[in-house]
Amino acid sequence: MVRFIDLTLNGISTGAVYAAVALALVMIWRATRIVNFAQGAMLMITTFIASSVIGSTGSYWLGFAVALASGLLLGAIVERVLIRRIEGGPPLNAVIVALGLLILLEAAAGMIWGNTPRSFPPAFSIRGYDVGGTHLLFAPNDTFTVLVVFAVAAGLGLLFRRTRLGLQMRAAALAPEVARLLGVRVGRMFTLGWAFAAFAGSLAGLLVAPSVFVGPNQFDSILIFGFTAAVLGGLDSPAGAIVGGVVLGLVLSYVSGYESASLVTLAALVVLIAVLMIRPGGLFSTTRERRV
Amino acid sequence: MTTDRHKARAMGIAGALVAALAVAGCGSSSSSNAPGVTATSITFGTHQPLTGPAAPGYSEIAPASQAFFDYLNAQGGIYGRKIHLVIKNDEYNPTQTVSVVHELVLKDNVFGIFEGLGTPTHTKVVGFLNSSKVPDMFVASGCACWDDGTTQPETFGWQPNYTIEGKILGQYIKQHFAGKKVGVFYQDDDFGTGGLAGIKDELPASSIVSTQPYQPGVTNVAPQITALKAAGAEVLVDFTVPIYTALGQLTSFTLGYKPQLVVSNVGIDPITVGGLLKTFSKGKAGTELIEGAITDGYLPSSSDESNPWIALFKKIHDQYDASAPFDGNVEYGMANAYTLAQALQLAGKDLTRQKLIDAVNEKGAQLNGPGLVPYRYSTSDHGGYAGVEMGQVRSGKIVLFGGPLVTEPTASSPITAYTTAQPAPPASGVSVP
Amino acid sequence: MSTSAGAEPSSAPNRGWRLRAPAGTLTRSLGLVALAGVIFLAASEGLGSYEDLQLASGAYYFVALAGLTVLTGLSGQISLGHGALMAVGAYTFTLLVGDEHWALIPALAAAVLVSALVGALVGSAATRLRGPYLAGATLALAVGLPALADKYTGTFGGANGLTINPPTPPSWLGQSFPLERWEAWIAGAGALVVVFLMHNLAHGGVGRAFRAVRDDEIASSLCGLHVGRVQTLAFVISAACAGLGGGLLAVVLQLAAPGAFGLGLSLSLLTAIVLGGLGSQLGAIWGAGVLVLLPGWTDSIAHSFSLSTQVSANLPLAIYGLVLIVAMLAWPTGIQGALRRIIAAARRSLVHGGHSDEGIVPSSPGEL
Repeated sequence: MVRFIDLTLNGISTGAVYAAVALALVMIWRATRIVNFAQGAMLMITTFIASSVIGSTGSYWLGFAVALASGLLLGAIVERVLIRRIEGGPPLNAVIVALGLLILLEAAAGMIWGNTPRSFPPAFSIRGYDVGGTHLLFAPNDTFTVLVVFAVAAGLGLLFRRTRLGLQMRAAALAPEVARLLGVRVGRMFTLGWAFAAFAGSLAGLLVAPSVFVGPNQFDSILIFGFTAAVLGGLDSPAGAIVGGVVLGLVLSYVSGYESASLVTLAALVVLIAVLMIRPGGLFSTTRERRV
Repeated sequence: MTTDRHKARAMGIAGALVAALAVAGCGSSSSSNAPGVTATSITFGTHQPLTGPAAPGYSEIAPASQAFFDYLNAQGGIYGRKIHLVIKNDEYNPTQTVSVVHELVLKDNVFGIFEGLGTPTHTKVVGFLNSSKVPDMFVASGCACWDDGTTQPETFGWQPNYTIEGKILGQYIKQHFAGKKVGVFYQDDDFGTGGLAGIKDELPASSIVSTQPYQPGVTNVAPQITALKAAGAEVLVDFTVPIYTALGQLTSFTLGYKPQLVVSNVGIDPITVGGLLKTFSKGKAGTELIEGAITDGYLPSSSDESNPWIALFKKIHDQYDASAPFDGNVEYGMANAYTLAQALQLAGKDLTRQKLIDAVNEKGAQLNGPGLVPYRYSTSDHGGYAGVEMGQVRSGKIVLFGGPLVTEPTASSPITAYTTAQPAPPASGVSVP
Repeated sequence: MSTSAGAEPSSAPNRGWRLRAPAGTLTRSLGLVALAGVIFLAASEGLGSYEDLQLASGAYYFVALAGLTVLTGLSGQISLGHGALMAVGAYTFTLLVGDEHWALIPALAAAVLVSALVGALVGSAATRLRGPYLAGATLALAVGLPALADKYTGTFGGANGLTINPPTPPSWLGQSFPLERWEAWIAGAGALVVVFLMHNLAHGGVGRAFRAVRDDEIASSLCGLHVGRVQTLAFVISAACAGLGGGLLAVVLQLAAPGAFGLGLSLSLLTAIVLGGLGSQLGAIWGAGVLVLLPGWTDSIAHSFSLSTQVSANLPLAIYGLVLIVAMLAWPTGIQGALRRIIAAARRSLVHGGHSDEGIVPSSPGEL
């Protein structure tokens, strides 16, 4: 029973991180209809920047703030310089550009900061909560992670549903020509979308870095599971990203704990296929297939 | 179907041919008696994970070997020949390993391969190197795969076999933690399984309460650590690489789980592991979480500045490899390079590939150097170092104690003490029997 | 994420002297195979052993790419998981040759069959998925399927994988026939078979069905095409090619290990078909060339400067990433698309003496 609780808690805390990455992917998809395979590399860069700032100034929250700011900037720059040129072209080309960016960023990080992973401080204590003498596998830092992820998801949901800006962004993504006719600055909406997404990604990086260490390749598996979680939940839904992330985190934790760690990636595959067979657009998909 | 497309197609195929020929260069290599060696130089090649998930730590090894060769070359080399090391990146991908090793042998005409790193990678080129009669010196892996000198005459191991290490650690646990429950956290490949086999060889099955393998690449190890805690393991044996030693310790910290750690020498380097745990120890060295861990070593502790070999290696590091931290990986690279230089010295001035192999077969077991234990080299046994000395992490540094112990990797072969002292390093060059 | 290069017929009238192209897809395919075979043979004879190995690698990559470009280019279904299908072929081959001592060709055929079966499974599941959801599912496949090797270490050899003995050249080729050239011939033979089959397919009814379903599912189902079956067939065919590619990889490298079939391979395959030119067999050749030659070129560039190890080890990858980005921005239709434009422009200036037509007329994809 204790084991089950531990694994459940572990699933929630790891799932929250997948959800954070999934939120960033959902953001970009809703805003620009592109899947950003370079998301993991972008958040790796901002986390490295944070690590350097923390290392030289000693202040965690300054590094935190710098990471978020550099995330906004990086997202905006990538959109403006790279993605702008391929928007409207074959979608596969956007995938290749994102992959190229992923490789370039990881190699650049290796050149600048080296290949040796480095330690990253957590925002709060990682000593598990003391319940009747035993420590749970859930610490104050995990609570912080879960709260932040929920806040970001809620923020994104509010942004898209309730604000004019969100409406403009959705319009720019789904019907750019019509949106332009109606006065929406489509280009600016795309840039904003990428900036916000990179912001969410930086947050994910800061939250997960303590437990995976900061290195050019350390975030790869987080991106893969984050993408899986996003697809699982439905790429159009921030709520789906949360649910997808938690579901995935729980399943992987149980499989790793009760079966073996070697089945984890296979379990992710099985869960994803199982869900997609029932709902091809993810758990929270809203559009139904038109069957003729 | 129009002719334009036909022409385009033909031009395309011709273009492909041109591109292929452009790579051809000067064509095939000449099969000389001793490729890669001239009167003034000798060239070895190696395959290393310089980038990618396996790079941390390991990427320091080959440059450190190169630094040692630079030191020797500054003194004139071996028999007047300067040693060059061509380092190629295989990103720990066996497909690339095959490609770069073929390139090194067929195109770069190296004399031999040295310090090829990794078991899943190097096992894919052993067949090629042996059938092409290319010396495959001192593989950087503790797998038992390199032991058989009869079927793989060109291939030599160097570091102690994982099972040897497991046995010696197991014996220590049996003697000093008798009756305690033992758990094993190990990497799910032959590094971990080899070490586990050694542990199981020494410890009674009833005392091992849980064995939990982890997958490199899956960073969430909490399910495994919680299983070990749930089983009540009081002694935790880690056959882990440094990242996973650190990950295991982080989870243990969260759980308030403080077993006695026994860690393989592969995953204990305090500088590496401490660096990964630095920010959890409130700015201290970061080795708090591994303080008191039992481990072992076959080379002097890299923090033991009073040891003359460490002093020598540090001097070489500061001059030729200063950008890397001076840690266990750098020491490994230099010690292995020293062994290659010794082998070249033994092989004689009139150097051929077969003479290098014969030299190690015949006199390798008598070699001594920075190692604390002897080699097992013979015509049939190409295994490498025969044992380790026990050690412990004290004040963030590894301190060895108890004297070197040697054994064979076979089940129930005895563990005996090795009493010959480590020689002093030569003032210059290398010393051979 | 369906791709749709416009399927506009080439309308420029042909003037001037030209070769009479043989009529009939089958004859053209055979002629093509003969031409390619002769060139391949000549290349393998003229090159050294290491370059023969590279030629062999190019051949097995081409085999996998030829199928993938049909799936993604002609049939419009993205797959990020073809590395896993290559793994299926490679493991099948090594298990049969290593443990059961099968001969080369039956083992390769079995590899094709098993991969085709897996492709049928994946494909039928994929018919319900579109765009990024298909991408996500195939990505999970790429990451999850090779994990079977880690789980069942007894059969699949775990992290180390399996090794087999190299194929021995037949005695009538001579004692000193280089092993690498023999491997290149085997792989080349496989590539030629694939060239023949894929060329026929792309220009035949099946190819038309793929394109029809890609461009408009509703219209094609109105015409009597069963959309799901057509899409699954595309998956099966591309999986068979990937399986053959994997089997040939096992022949050439004598290995099957999970580290060789990671996500990076699947992504490289996708990158290669887009860089080479989506939907086109020649594009698959260019893509295979990029996969084999680009790492060596970036490596040479990186080592021509004397840089610290940290920089020089990462520089080749940085250049590779940069090349991908620049190539996609500059030549969105890939190498084959760019070549087509160049040739069309050159032809126009030759035929029309410098007068330019209204614009470049794109030819339909799927041609060779």
